[in-house]
Amino acid sequence: MSINTTDRLAARAPSRSEVRRRGRGVSHARTGYLFVAPFMLVFLGLLVLPLVYAAYLSLFQERLIGGTVFSGLGNYTRALTDPRLLAGMGRVGLFFLIQVPIMLAIALLAALAIDSGLLRMAKAFRLGIFLPYAVPSVVATLMWGYLYGQDFGPFAQLAGKLSLPAPKFLSSDWMLGSIANIVTWEFTGYNMIILYAALRAVPHDLYEAAAVDGAGAIRTAWSIKIPALRPALLVCLIFSVIGSFQLFNEPQLMQRLAPSVIDSAYTPNLYAYTLAFTGQEVNYAAAVSFFLGTVIVVASYAVLFVTSRRSRS
Amino acid sequence: MRERRSNVLTLGMVALLIYFLLPLFWLFVASTKTVGDLFSSFGLWFASDFSLLSNIRETVTNGGWVFSRWMGNTVFYSVVSAGGAAFLCALGGYGFAKYRFRGNGAMFGLVLGAIMVPTTALAIPTYLLFSKASLVNTPWAIILPSLVSPFGLYLMRIYAQDAVPDGIIEAARIDGAGEFRIFFQVALRMLAPGIVTVLLFTLVATWNNYFLPLIMLNNPDLYPITLGLAQWSSQASAGGGTTGAVLSLVITGSCLSVIPLIAAFLLLQRYWQSGLSTGSVKG
Repeated sequence: MSINTTDRLAARAPSRSEVRRRGRGVSHARTGYLFVAPFMLVFLGLLVLPLVYAAYLSLFQERLIGGTVFSGLGNYTRALTDPRLLAGMGRVGLFFLIQVPIMLAIALLAALAIDSGLLRMAKAFRLGIFLPYAVPSVVATLMWGYLYGQDFGPFAQLAGKLSLPAPKFLSSDWMLGSIANIVTWEFTGYNMIILYAALRAVPHDLYEAAAVDGAGAIRTAWSIKIPALRPALLVCLIFSVIGSFQLFNEPQLMQRLAPSVIDSAYTPNLYAYTLAFTGQEVNYAAAVSFFLGTVIVVASYAVLFVTSRRSRS
Repeated sequence: MRERRSNVLTLGMVALLIYFLLPLFWLFVASTKTVGDLFSSFGLWFASDFSLLSNIRETVTNGGWVFSRWMGNTVFYSVVSAGGAAFLCALGGYGFAKYRFRGNGAMFGLVLGAIMVPTTALAIPTYLLFSKASLVNTPWAIILPSLVSPFGLYLMRIYAQDAVPDGIIEAARIDGAGEFRIFFQVALRMLAPGIVTVLLFTLVATWNNYFLPLIMLNNPDLYPITLGLAQWSSQASAGGGTTGAVLSLVITGSCLSVIPLIAAFLLLQRYWQSGLSTGSVKG
């Protein structure tokens, strides 16, 4: 490469300084590629390739006669009219609409409270609320499963002592709420930390100006802090869209505690898993995965679009 | 003004803190109990018989030290994945931030768009590809997919932009340092808080991963702790007479498995908190 460059430059007989400058510019660009190449290779091989492969697989169907045949968008028309998939989609959609606002509201209030300077032991609150994030969702679900349980769960024990009927956390009416509680427990702290970190970056002279104008803590929070948190809230919201729609671990593990409540299509992801590994319907599972991914990306962009429009008006 | 404290607010936050910590307290209390006490004593306080140590011994040594093996696997998978991912992100983020080359914007945009691609939607096609390459049921099946972190790259690019001043890179070049030497000897140290953040969050993601190993592994010797505990718990809820003993294993095992990550977060809090603020402020 260096010989090539020198040849090309020598043909024009450039000045010495120009050679050095140009030679360096070229080598810099190449070094830039070298720096990003390892990431990009892994990215292409383990993210883009599986995605393209899923799209490809989803265009085929297994037939009893004739084996695997090209079926165009057949799997997608099947998906769009599959009552089990649509019910799962509806369920995670409902989950998103109810659980995410509650979780983000708690995270926002906690972040504002910790940032307000009105608390004793603010650091202990910050770390304590964040701690569940370090607990694997498998452990969180097993633990809450036991807490919800009738045998030795403390809720059932307390109800027994007061001779009340034990709350039926694992019944079909309560299940989605019980799962929402586990997810809220796991991720509120994570969102709180993101919001809190963003709050720390708000210039403090703004607060002083507000105090001079006679604004109290609540007024400052409402008029200065919450508007300043918009980008951070957006990050939280997008992550929550992704998290809600791909819900899997919690329902998959709760299934053992309440097999009659959680069926194999309780969430779209659980459905795709069942299709691929119990039903052996690999192509349809790929279509469901790809469809789910598309829904998530579209929903994320919809969130971005709606919020950016509102902030402009 | 600064001395003012609100008791009402503190009280509200105490209630919140109880909600977040009580389940963990329950888990700890439960892991100090014998199976009999688990059912007969009140869940949120210790029983007269404090059997934490014997429970731990039972858990760690059960079935030929299989729990210890799962823990070891988890540590191995998450350290290798997190180290690899953080290194790739640091290198790439620095490259995107500090070098101008054709396709810089387009490639970064592609990665940015992929932040929203749900990892679980990738798991099934990745499994199918890996089974063709005979990578299923090997440690690679867990490590390789965990190396990709588009959000980590995004975070590192933003971080590198400000944390490594162009003037310092230029000065090092004038001193005759090569580009990679500049990265390893000058830039890397300035990128440390960002790297620790990416490291820690990839570590948590791999440590806590359940879906991927569930799909990829069926050899219990390769299980990470999440999959192992899930298997024990299904034995506990399926079995008849022997449930009790396994139940105790699940509870004590769960308690033990959360300690390392909690310790890591507490010890490294200075780093990840400063690193996170970069991502969220500019995000």
